[in-house]
Amino acid sequence: MTRYALAAGYMALIYGFIFLPVAVLVLFSFQDGRLPVPPLRGVTLRWHAAVLADGRLMGALAHSLAVAVLSSLAALTLGFLAARAFVTARLPGAALMRGAMVAPLSVSYLVIGLGLLASFNLMGTGLSLWTVGIGHTVINAPLCLVICAAALGPGEAQAERAARDLGASDLRIMWLVTAPMIAPALLAAFLLSVTFSWDEFIIAFLLSRFDTTLPVEIWSLLRGGLNPRTNAVGSLVFLVSALAFLAVELGMRRR
Amino acid sequence: MTARRSIEAADRVRAAGLVLPLAAWTAAFFLLPLAVMALTSLRPGGLAAYAAMWNSPEYLGAFLNSLEIAATVTLLSVALAYPLAWIVAEMVPARWQRLALALAVVPFWTSYVVRSYAWSLVLARQGVLNGWLEGLGLPALALSNSRAAVVIGFTHFFTMLLALTIYASLVRLPPNLKRAAADLGAGPVATFRHVVWPLALPGVATGAFLTFALCIGDYVTPQILGGGRDLALPQLIMLQLGRRGDIAAASALSLVLMAAVTIAYLCSARFMRGPR
Repeated sequence: MTRYALAAGYMALIYGFIFLPVAVLVLFSFQDGRLPVPPLRGVTLRWHAAVLADGRLMGALAHSLAVAVLSSLAALTLGFLAARAFVTARLPGAALMRGAMVAPLSVSYLVIGLGLLASFNLMGTGLSLWTVGIGHTVINAPLCLVICAAALGPGEAQAERAARDLGASDLRIMWLVTAPMIAPALLAAFLLSVTFSWDEFIIAFLLSRFDTTLPVEIWSLLRGGLNPRTNAVGSLVFLVSALAFLAVELGMRRR
Repeated sequence: MTARRSIEAADRVRAAGLVLPLAAWTAAFFLLPLAVMALTSLRPGGLAAYAAMWNSPEYLGAFLNSLEIAATVTLLSVALAYPLAWIVAEMVPARWQRLALALAVVPFWTSYVVRSYAWSLVLARQGVLNGWLEGLGLPALALSNSRAAVVIGFTHFFTMLLALTIYASLVRLPPNLKRAAADLGAGPVATFRHVVWPLALPGVATGAFLTFALCIGDYVTPQILGGGRDLALPQLIMLQLGRRGDIAAASALSLVLMAAVTIAYLCSARFMRGPR
């Protein structure tokens, strides 16, 4: 019995530690006053309303969504194609190539961002949301490659061969046979990529100029110190992510 | 045989076409930028930065700060996450395990930047933590803008991450092994030392390396919670870039950062492979 009491006590402590900052963040986004610290002076929705009415923040939110979806589609396409190649044939130098392709996973985002910044400077390419998208595709393509490669097995290769014997073209095989067979993995890779891009700060910070993504915009809010408006942005992001998570969870359960 | 060979050859041609886009992408936007960075770091500002790694207390200090923070956070996070993962895997009924893990990662849903900000709310001078301490009649802690705040913020994030990876390696252990160990007369401690730990080690080591690598390369958490004294290496890099516009020095320091992560990988790689 003491074993269970100890375990329950530990769980309570660690979950308290995990939830504490989020609880404080959300609670004080309702603060009726200028400082999001105790005591709670009253409950107001004015900070949330201010965020929703803020054109810059809402614009940044739209930019974030666009960059996340487009860069994830690009990463998924590149990763899926390459994964098929590695599964269907033995290419010379495949191990080396694959190593180079997954290498970005183990390099700090700061280093990837700086490298791209130095290169864009050298080429005279202006910074924009497109350059941010390139950066996010670089970090997400290896992820998609790894997930797709893990999902493709001998079964998929055989089904492809059968489809080819029946005269299907490569594009049709990919679209009608392979992709549906590993649809859950494709969806998982896409959603993970969207999440990473959505939340990514340093690459977006280094590679954007006038139009920015939401994390970069929130970063510039932080310069003003503790402020209930920042709490409100954070709480709204939290709410959206929680709803998205629930939607995905319920969608998966229905299958 | 020739028919088979020609099929294989055709497969290879097709595969080359499929692999080409990502190969070109990786070369253009990952390998080439690293090469550009290496070349840029050889300009005067970069060479000065390399030299400063040896003889400037500011640079060397930032490097050591980063190492110290990353090592502390890795140890603390493993120490906090392992019991959590173990309790969820062993003592929580199977149908509640998913929920327990989902709850453990709830803070992942706010944005990364906001999570550090949320800790600065908790640790602020008039913040929640000091409010509680005051309520208990204890002296207030000056935790905001300190090394301790950076370590707390990081540990919070990585405990969640490690709980997932360690849990994943614990549930894969076949329960028969533990029963067999018990049949052979091993107590809980001996079972852990000779059976569970060696099998869980690859998962723990992989998670620990990830923690170290992500931690040492992160700019956001030290910048928000550290308060500008005792810079970490990524802060120094951003300082070169922002205030001085010295991309050569920033490149040089980034390569130093990459080298540190590579060495950490080489040191931990043998623990990431499972026992034979």
